[in-house]
Amino acid sequence: MEKLSIDELEKRFQAKIDADIKIEPNDWMPEAYRKTLIRQISQHAHSEIVGMLPEGNWITRAPSLKRKAVLLAKVQDEAGHGLYLYSAAETLGMDREQSIDDLHSGKAKYSSIFNYPTLTWADMGSIGWLVDGAAIMNQVPLCRCSYGPYARAMVRVCKEESFHQRQGFEIISTLANGTPEQKAMAQESLNRWWWPALMMFGPSDKDSTHSEQSMKWKIKRVSNDDLRQQFVDVTVPQAEMIGLTVPDKDLKWNEERGHYDFGVINWDEFNQVVQGNGPCNFERIEARKKAKENGMWVREAALAFAEKRKNKIDIKIKEI
Amino acid sequence: MNTKNQLYNYILEIADDSLILGQRLSEWCGHGPILEEDIALTNIALDFIGQANNLYEYAATLSENKITPDQLAFLRVDNDFKNALLVEQPNRDFAYTLARQFYFDAFRKLFFEKLIDSKDEQLSAIAEKSLKETKYHLKHSSEWIIRLGDGTEESHNRIQTAIDFLWKYTNELFEDNQAYTEILDLELGISVSALKSTWLEYVHSILTEATLTIPNSPFSQTGGRKGIHTEHLGYLLAEMQYMQRAFPNSTW
Ligand SMILES: [Fe+2]
Ligand SMILES: [Fe+2]
Ligand SMILES: [Fe+2]
Repeated sequence: MEKLSIDELEKRFQAKIDADIKIEPNDWMPEAYRKTLIRQISQHAHSEIVGMLPEGNWITRAPSLKRKAVLLAKVQDEAGHGLYLYSAAETLGMDREQSIDDLHSGKAKYSSIFNYPTLTWADMGSIGWLVDGAAIMNQVPLCRCSYGPYARAMVRVCKEESFHQRQGFEIISTLANGTPEQKAMAQESLNRWWWPALMMFGPSDKDSTHSEQSMKWKIKRVSNDDLRQQFVDVTVPQAEMIGLTVPDKDLKWNEERGHYDFGVINWDEFNQVVQGNGPCNFERIEARKKAKENGMWVREAALAFAEKRKNKIDIKIKEI
Repeated sequence: MNTKNQLYNYILEIADDSLILGQRLSEWCGHGPILEEDIALTNIALDFIGQANNLYEYAATLSENKITPDQLAFLRVDNDFKNALLVEQPNRDFAYTLARQFYFDAFRKLFFEKLIDSKDEQLSAIAEKSLKETKYHLKHSSEWIIRLGDGTEESHNRIQTAIDFLWKYTNELFEDNQAYTEILDLELGISVSALKSTWLEYVHSILTEATLTIPNSPFSQTGGRKGIHTEHLGYLLAEMQYMQRAFPNSTW
């Protein structure tokens, strides 16, 4: 086999990417590409798992049997997304336990949106509608991401996210069409979630540190600001349709651009939350740590048992 | 009580068991000891909520008053709930949760197997559908009992403690309710006392496989079927019913 220089390998790698050929786990890839992907995919996986908590809050208080079942299924889907994504990151050599420890120590990040509290039932609507909605906008382009396992995981995840988005919108529109109290609940919830949802697309392009290289590698395919604009354009008419007001006095349709103009995002708030000072950062990580600590003996037992019964194919259970 | 009335109450009892246990299991969502197990417990919770919904729907058609499944779930008070004390017991930890589940699943499998023969077609159909799910639940909980029992010293001790503690709530599952004589006579429902020996046999076999000691305390707690509950139920209902109580007459 010919020995290729790193330069040559990188050239061939980039040529594959430019030709839209997927990179697979055993292919050669630059260390920086691998690292960037591990960071991005595990961040995404952590977001799915931490994201279970704000909605999990309301499962026991869901207002009807149907809503309870739908919410349970939704949060369960998010756990499933976490699983596929951890597996995708493992194909790059990530260690799941290490990665989870990094989450718990604050070294690894997750989507900041989940550091906001869920205070009313309407927040189940807002999260599905806005947060899953924004997640889809972010993730649909990732279905064409250059790394094969991630792209394929995203195809599966996006299908479910769009289902979540529709369910969320259904919750919020039921409230918006309900009693005056329900309508007020919906509006109050939109007021709290609107701006954090816009922040989900990340810093403005001019301040984004990772974007340029990621675009070249086709790990990222549309810029933060373009995605944000797309989200605003799609979501504002939906709010109008159900009679809710988007809490932005600068919001108006710009005929010339063919887009909505919208107000300035409070990036100080965004940075505060990213740095760990959001309303629920502590509670979210505390809950995940507790689950890990309380589950330690269960995982140890499962391992010890598997070791003891290695030679038995299955646990023998007598039929009644 | 006429037959229709008896049947209504009989179905509510089954539905209440499913709802209360489903509610308890759903408390785990997002907090499970392993991600895979978080998903499994949520799945089981979903099955129980689904069963409750089917049963309440059927019960509602038998009621003399116009009533909806949601009203049955969210607007009755502690006393009206007829679930067994076992299912309202708190999750405490994974061992207590699985021990509770194991005892109940083993009962439920036998229960639905017999209920399929009900002369009431709807009840028979619900039993058949629920039995499929219950078989999977029982496999899941039995496997965990064995895994924890024969895992580490800590898991063995924890699951033994839970198995011992919850034992006193198991006998109630097999008490025939005198209020349902007509249901039994007409073969709409089944005698639960007849299920006990088979249940015991199964529980013994799994506990033995799990290297656990079979509890033998003769003391038992009862009252759930009459609406006399443990302190735990009130809190569970307060949480579960909060929205319907705070915002009456609303559609969700
Ligand atoms: Fe997700
Ligand atoms: Fe996601
Ligand atoms: Fe989602």
